[in-house]
Formats: sequence, C-alpha cells, structure tokens
Amino acid sequence: MADNPGVASAVDLFPGTGTESAEAGSTAKKIQGRSPLRLAVERLRRDRASMAALVVILLIVAVAIFAPVFAAITGHGVYQQFRGPQPPVGLTPTGQPVGPSGAFLLGTDDQGRDLLVRIAYGTRISLLVGVVATAITVAIGTVVGLTAGYFGKIADTILARLMDWLLAIPFLLLAISLASVVLVHPIGPLKPGLPIVIFVIGVLGWATIGRVVRGQVLSIREKEYIEAARALGAGPWRIMFIDILPNLLAQLIVYTTLLIPLAIVGEAGLSFLGVGVPPPTADWGEMISTAATLYLYGPWWFLVFPSVALLITTLAFNIFGDGVRDAFDPRADLFV
Amino acid sequence: MSASVAPEPGQSLITDADLADEILIRVDNLVKYFPVRGGGLVSRTVAHVKAVDGVSLEVRRGHTLGLVGETGCGKSTLARCIAGLIPATSGKVTFEGQDITNLPRRKMQPFRREIQMIFQDPYGSLNPRRRVGSIIGDPFAIHKIAKGDDRKRRVQHLMELVGLNPEHYNRFPAEFSGGQRQRIGVARALAFRPKLVICDEPVSALDVSIQAQILNLLADLQSELGLTYIFIAHDLSVVRHVINSVAVMYLGKVVEQAPVDQLWAHPRHPYTDALLSAVPIPDVERANRRDRIILVGDVPSPINPPAGCRFHPRCPKAQQACVDEVPDLSSRVGNDPGHLAACHFPVQDGEDISKFTSALGSDQRVVETGLMSGS
Repeated sequence: MADNPGVASAVDLFPGTGTESAEAGSTAKKIQGRSPLRLAVERLRRDRASMAALVVILLIVAVAIFAPVFAAITGHGVYQQFRGPQPPVGLTPTGQPVGPSGAFLLGTDDQGRDLLVRIAYGTRISLLVGVVATAITVAIGTVVGLTAGYFGKIADTILARLMDWLLAIPFLLLAISLASVVLVHPIGPLKPGLPIVIFVIGVLGWATIGRVVRGQVLSIREKEYIEAARALGAGPWRIMFIDILPNLLAQLIVYTTLLIPLAIVGEAGLSFLGVGVPPPTADWGEMISTAATLYLYGPWWFLVFPSVALLITTLAFNIFGDGVRDAFDPRADLFV
Repeated sequence: MSASVAPEPGQSLITDADLADEILIRVDNLVKYFPVRGGGLVSRTVAHVKAVDGVSLEVRRGHTLGLVGETGCGKSTLARCIAGLIPATSGKVTFEGQDITNLPRRKMQPFRREIQMIFQDPYGSLNPRRRVGSIIGDPFAIHKIAKGDDRKRRVQHLMELVGLNPEHYNRFPAEFSGGQRQRIGVARALAFRPKLVICDEPVSALDVSIQAQILNLLADLQSELGLTYIFIAHDLSVVRHVINSVAVMYLGKVVEQAPVDQLWAHPRHPYTDALLSAVPIPDVERANRRDRIILVGDVPSPINPPAGCRFHPRCPKAQQACVDEVPDLSSRVGNDPGHLAACHFPVQDGEDISKFTSALGSDQRVVETGLMSGS
C-alpha cells in the first residue's frame, strides 16, 4: 500500500479541498484502518499463555540454531562416543549408559554419546520437519482446495475423491509402507532419511486442509464481491488468490500453527518405528525408541529427556496455536 | 416483440440529437434456463427453471430503463446475462451494434470497461478483507491501466466523485455505513467511465433516508458522465424519478413496457395495475380510500409456468383466450407505439380491475407449483 504522506499531494489535485489538505498529512496516520490480521495480532499479544508459549518456541528455535554451541561448550561432538578408558567415560564397564553428571549433564545414550548435545541437534530435525512438512501440507491443501472449490464440476469431483481416498487410508500405514519401499528402491530424489519423512508427512497430510479450504471456497465464491470481481473482468486465478485467499488467511494461520506439532510428533513416530531418519543422525523419535528397549535396565534419563524435549516442543506449539485460533475468532473480544 | 423505448420529450439528458437517438444496448429474445438436476449417482437434468424466457429490450444512450417485478421474476438473471456474468441459453445481446452474447472471457474484456454493475447488497459486494483503496483500484489493476501513485490518485479522485473522503483510502469496508459502502460500489463501477451501468436494486438494502442520497448521486453522475442505466427495482415508487421508461417483468417475461409517467398513469397490464396498487402511500386517509387489487394465489413455479398468458391463473380479467394463446407484447390501447403490453384484455382508462372476477373455472385457476408437477 502506498505511504501516507502521498495523500496530501494527491488531494491538492482537486480544487476545493485545499484547506483540508493541509491537515491531511497529520491526520492520515489515524485514518489508516486496522486490518483484521493486525487486530488478531493485538489480541494475541494480550494473551499471556500464548506469549509464554511463543517465548518457549523461540528458545527451542535458538537451541536448534545454536546446537553446535552446545557441542563446543561441552567439547562433545554429536557423534562422538565416549567408550573410555580415558575420561570422560560415557559407558559403564558393562556397556550401559551413564547417568547425568558433571561431565554429561543429561547423561549418555547406549553408544556413550552426550545426550544433551544429541537432544540439541535433534531439535533441528524436529523443527525442520515440522516447518517444511507443514508448509508443503498447507501449500498443496490450499491450492487443491481453491481449485476444487472454485472451479467445481469435474475438477471438484476428481480432487474431492482424491482427498477422500487419502483420508480413508490410515496415515501411519501408508507412511510406513512408503518409507519401507523407499528403503529398498529410492524413488527419484526420495531417499531414505529426512527427504522421505518430509515427503510422507507433507504430501500425504494435505487432505484435511484441502477439505477445509474447499468448503470455505464453496461458500465464498457465491458472495457478491466475487461476482463484482468477475464483472470487472478478473480471471479465475486473480479471484482465487486475491479475492478468496485473504478471506481464508485466518483459518490457514490457525491450521498451520496446529499442524506443526502434529508434523513433529509424526516424524518422531516414524523414527520410533524405525522408518524415519536413520541412525546415527540425532533424532528424538529414534532416541526414544532405543531408550524404550533399555529402560528396563535402569537408564531412565535416556528415555525421559528426549521425551520431555518432544513434550515441551509440541505443547508450546499447541498452546500458541490455540491462542492464535482464539485471536482470530471475532467473538473472542466478548470474553476478554 | 422487440420494441423501442421511446425517449420522453423534453427530458433527454444529452444535447447531441444523434447520440440521444442511438440505441446503446439491445436484447433480443433472451432466454436463460437453469437446469434442475435430479438426485442419484448420475445426476440428470430433470427440468429447467425458466428464469428469463424470451425478453427483448432496447435502451437508448443516456436513458434509464427501469426493470421492475417481484422477487424471482428473473430481473436479476436478465441483468447478469446482459452483463455477461452468466451465459444466456439463447437470444442475443448487442452493445453498440456488436454481438456480445456469451463471449469468452478474453473477448469480453473490452466490453467489461463499457458495461458495469452496481450490486444490491453493499455488505456482500465489498470484500471484507481488502482495503477500500484496493477495492476501488481493482478495475485499474485487472486491466493493467494504472499502477502505484497514479492508481492511488485515480482511486481518490473516484472517491471524491461519489462523495467519499479520499483520506479513507486505507480503511476497510467494515468501517463504513451502508450508504457509504454503496458509494464505494458506485466508485468501483465508474472506474472505467463505462457507458452502461446495470444497477441491481442498488438502494433496496439501504435506509429510506439513504436511498434518496444514492439515487440522487446516480442521477448526478448520469448527467455528469452521460451514463446509461438499466435500473432494477422491485419498488417502482422508489425509482420512479430516476428512470425514463419501465419494463415490468412477470415470471421471466416482460408484460408491459412504457415511459414511466405513462405507465404510472395508465397501466395496461392487470399485473402492472396490481403492482401499482400495492405501492405504499404515506397518507393513511388516501391509503384507506383506494381499492387495492389483491391477487389470488402465489407466483407459479418458473419450472412449469402456466400455458398461454403466464398471469392468467391470478388475473381477475382472465378469459379462455388467456389460457389458449400467448399474448405478444404490442401496443394495445390508443395505438401508442411507446406503450406496449402483453395482454389480450388490457386495462382501459379508469377501469377498476378489482371489480372483475375471472371467467375461468376454479379448476383452471389452480396454480401448479412444485418441482415435478405436470411433467
């Protein structure tokens, strides 16, 4: 949008408004309408729980970015195994992980690696999958939903059936089988590891959001302002992305913030089942999976700390997502 | 059945005689049927809603044609067909001598600048998520006419033209009242300086006090910019002063067409007569004195309209001929070529049709409604 000082000069072009134009520059600031988005952000800023969750999220992001700093400070590499005999020793004489101590703040894992450093590095995988997979989900879901809803007819029939089909197959079943196939036969750029996890979560999960968008578009496209846009000569793509999409923005933002924790848990779940990010990459799901087999023999820290990391991350995103949803609800003001 | 809408003497808004005589838009036998699809797996078309069924009109440059009729008579559908928003089933729309019926979008683009629409609902016709400046600037953006500061300047000029504060450029539609919103809609429609503006009940959603403001604005803009209007209304009294001639629609057909004062004084079609008798009079004494014409029954379904004259099941003057023969739109009384009515037994001057009773038996007056009846 053009800047406000321009207002005064534009008004000067019309005679008869000269007296008002002098004040225009000073009043222009107040006349700026507050967008629904800005109103929502203002509501969100007043919500303490969301703001606390946002601080936690920012801390988690900081941990992911500065994971090498953890390695540098402790002097323990992410793949470094401390099997002894020279200190620090990360494995007991019987080959078991050692508990939290001055040398290993959160203890070690079954390979004698520093758990703190590995959890810090695991944050990277979780956030990367959470953000990238969600972005793919939202992008595909939005475009498909807009196309199906706006064009209707045959496009809608095909796309809506595709969404039904995707929703009908249990996600985990499809994800595991796809990931297992790729382990043996890589499909193009889809190799075992991070790409397949992001693909599986991102590409198989868009149907829910596609459905929501389609439903909204079906009602919005009947609005008179869409007809007005067509009367002006706007094409379908302009109507879809300039007239309809802004009306979906609030819902998309809410869904996005709530999808991120789902994607993070999904990734951890796939890794837990052994079809996610392969070892030795530091990954929370893989850690929890390995720790679960050793838990009986005593190393509780190996199970607890990665689980707590996963819990805090998903909880922070969920609380923040709830806050965003409330902030975008126009009725929310009534209860403040 | 195509008929010229005679310009009223002494009321021509454009001085140039050649221009004033020119027919800007002509509609020939326009038909719009909406398919009704049955349920089941493979949906078949089981019937058609005959929304517009053979309408012919002409509007001269600089004139205003009023299109009146009750809800569901097809006036909005007709407007959308003329504006090219929905494809016509058959018939022809000619704008400045060029056939614009069912043009593909790209070929329609140049005509979009000439034909614009003002919508009924000032709340529904503005995108709530976009700023007013961006809404009014839409025409410039879509047709890539102006950008940046130039667009902004033009938008603010338009806002001033319709009586809005150009400083409110950055506001959202929700920050305006109904009347102001309708002004925004008018500004958007006028961005291209169109030749024809189709107003789809532009004031029916507004307060009575605001209605006059918008009507005056539209009338001022017409004389200032030389606009031609097709003005849709369901209340003739509201638009009486801004229109030159009227076409009355009933069940997808034009039943009467005349200069507005002529129609007001001497309605020829019984339906028009009934419609005019329903116009509210803001005077209890006079309102109580007059005889209102109460029509029997409901409007029949446009899926299965009555045979012959579509108005016959409700018409107090109906005879057997009304069932057997479709009356054409022609000059009926006094051989006035400007006053057309589609009625076998037109209302004579001073005749009170509320005193009549239909000559048809009650079995013939049963109005068939419902989706599948009679098929």
